[in-house]
Amino acid sequence: MQRIGAFVCWCGSNIAGTVDIDAVTKSAADEPGVVYSAEYQYMCSEGGQLAIRRAVEEHGLTGIAVCACSPRMHETTFRKTAAAAGLNPYMVEIANIREHCSWIHKNRESATEKATILMRAAIAKLNLNKPLFPGESGVVKRALVIGGGIAGIQTALDIADAGYEVDIVEKSPTIGGRMAQLDKTFPTLDCSACILTPKMVDAAQHDNISLYTYSEVDEVSGYVGSFSVKIRQKARSVNRELCNGCGDCITKCPVKKANSEFDEGLSKRSAIYVPFAQAVPNIPVVDRENCTRFKTGKCGLCEKICGTKAIDFEQQDEIIEREYGVIIVATGFKPLSPERYGEYLYGQSPDVLTSLEFERMMNAAGPTGGVLKRLSNNEKPKSIVFIQCVGSRADAKKGKTYCSKICCMYTAKHAMLVKEKYPDIDVHVFYIDVRTPGKNFDEFYRRAAEQYDVNYIKGMVGKLADEDGRLRVIASDLLDGKQITIDADLVVLATAVEASPDVRALGTMLTASMDQNNFFTEAHPKLRPVESPTAGIFLSGVCQGPKDIPETVAQAGAAAVKALGILSKNKLIGNPCIAESNELLCNGCSCCENVCPYGAIEYTEKEINDHGNRNNRRVAQVNEAICQGCGACTVACPSGSMDLKGFTNRQIMAEVDAICRT
Amino acid sequence: MSASALNDIREEVLRISGANPKKCMSCGKCSASCPASFEMDILPHHFVKNIRDGNIENLLKSKTLWKCLSCFACVERCPRAVEPANLVEAVRLAVIRKKGENYLKVDDIPEFIELDNEIPQQLIVSAFRKYSK
Repeated sequence: MQRIGAFVCWCGSNIAGTVDIDAVTKSAADEPGVVYSAEYQYMCSEGGQLAIRRAVEEHGLTGIAVCACSPRMHETTFRKTAAAAGLNPYMVEIANIREHCSWIHKNRESATEKATILMRAAIAKLNLNKPLFPGESGVVKRALVIGGGIAGIQTALDIADAGYEVDIVEKSPTIGGRMAQLDKTFPTLDCSACILTPKMVDAAQHDNISLYTYSEVDEVSGYVGSFSVKIRQKARSVNRELCNGCGDCITKCPVKKANSEFDEGLSKRSAIYVPFAQAVPNIPVVDRENCTRFKTGKCGLCEKICGTKAIDFEQQDEIIEREYGVIIVATGFKPLSPERYGEYLYGQSPDVLTSLEFERMMNAAGPTGGVLKRLSNNEKPKSIVFIQCVGSRADAKKGKTYCSKICCMYTAKHAMLVKEKYPDIDVHVFYIDVRTPGKNFDEFYRRAAEQYDVNYIKGMVGKLADEDGRLRVIASDLLDGKQITIDADLVVLATAVEASPDVRALGTMLTASMDQNNFFTEAHPKLRPVESPTAGIFLSGVCQGPKDIPETVAQAGAAAVKALGILSKNKLIGNPCIAESNELLCNGCSCCENVCPYGAIEYTEKEINDHGNRNNRRVAQVNEAICQGCGACTVACPSGSMDLKGFTNRQIMAEVDAICRT
Repeated sequence: MSASALNDIREEVLRISGANPKKCMSCGKCSASCPASFEMDILPHHFVKNIRDGNIENLLKSKTLWKCLSCFACVERCPRAVEPANLVEAVRLAVIRKKGENYLKVDDIPEFIELDNEIPQQLIVSAFRKYSK
């Protein structure tokens, strides 16, 4: 039999203003198991906690029921109090008579009645509480970062600087990601490569960082502290140890017609290539789909020219198996293809570009050497039209429902860069709303409109018409309420940001939840923005939602700190409120395994001693380190063998009975 | 017309069009896409806004009702799936369903034929479907 102490908190006037504290305290004394009841102005204060500790000592309490605010607020506080008084911390129950009662009711009488009922339910549950002891598990002191863009690089650098080993797995042959493709960055207009490439080199040279480029994650198993990962390092056809990066193979390669991914298809590259001059690592890769040697068996010029004999056509994909304590997802984004919006003539006219293509064209190292020209006739454009919100802010059937966040700013940047370089070009921007929340962002946009004479027009473009080589832009000026047409030589589409393709498969592998747009979901939208709800998985950069570079870097650092919080521990203390299977009752149906969002349930064949009757049965087993205590299995289990410690079916039914008791 | 009668029309328009003008984000793509916009007194995006705001009376008298080609370019291109043409259609129905409000009358046919002797019969039939009850 428990010896329960009930403690009712006033919370100043927060609770006492609507709830009759005395009445609740008095009726608590009559509840089964209660040997002591008391009230206090602020239970969470030092005085309140001391009162609890004294009561435990004087009355030999075995459990504490606190009628106060939400357990989210002070459950931890009172568990610590219980522990300090020598009780098991899980012998504490909270009745939320503030958020669930006093704050939402005005009538004192009914609020008091409800508080009494909530108190009763907590005590009924507490009568069935058992001491719980959290398990411990070890931590592999190594982090995996998936994605080698600015987000992944920054997270890896921060973790490595703190003294832990990090592996970066990057799908493409070089790290650097989208930021490497950019020309200038807003709102300062500093050169993207100038600030990024030193970081790429830092990452490559860091003693604690290993790069796995041209690699992908094939398989993930395990749990926080001890993930087991298979990384597929795709065959480069170039021996990484022997290659000295001289580039002779690239010069010699007779294939020159493969589309450059780095230049968004605006330039051509050879079949053996490095994506761009500052690529890290500076080791070429053979694109086997375009290589003559792989297509016909002839050629092999690169192999002949290579002074270090680094070319290896026989190279196979290599599988690397590693253990990690934490995994940070930094998979980034891709720009949405505007082809589905036929009215913009993308793919039909060479003079309609996406903003990333335009970014490459403006870049001094880009396909035109930084010279702005019409790809249809190589002439300098006289008039450029930028169209915002292409694919963003749309109905789900018509595009992306969200605002892509960065387009207003990069369009202002593009407009300004054009005007800076070619003041004689007319620049028009069609917008719906210009969104510039950010430090020095609105000033930046205003500079484009005021100092650079960029013509901002409120309204969307209806369609483009190809009129003898010029693009007639047909639109509506909403402020004038007039239809307008502008003849443009170049049209740039600010396409929506889209989560990287294939990322859903990765999310499934990591059992990390994702939203309908394939962005990873954070554990709490405000208070845990860089953690996935799955323990040990962290989110860095655009994989969580559209954001610009400063935000990405800030989030990357935050993800690193959260990851370090785990890496720096020798043991992880688990949550003891986890599922438990009663093997005698389990019928082996797999229902629990199918609903478990964390992959914490496994089935094993086991000899079961059922009241002296020994036989082999297939029974569910919960991996205590993976289980997060969501309780889905306890609901799904048809035989009643799954139970959640601390929230057992009996405890919950006792609460319901107490609430229904009149 | 009384305020309650106008409101009834608004409700009816929303019901038969199945469109929701509150989804509009005022981007003006419908007006920009409209090939008949140059002849309209109320542009498609204003039309949507007027229905949203409950300003129905001027819509009932609007030239837009008869100038809309029902080409559905606005419906096709509206990023928010607001369906402006369906709203125009619904208001047009609200007008022509009233007694004596047929926009196209049988007596008008000779004039068409005079205008263009080759006018396809199908066009006249379609025009009757659109402009008369």
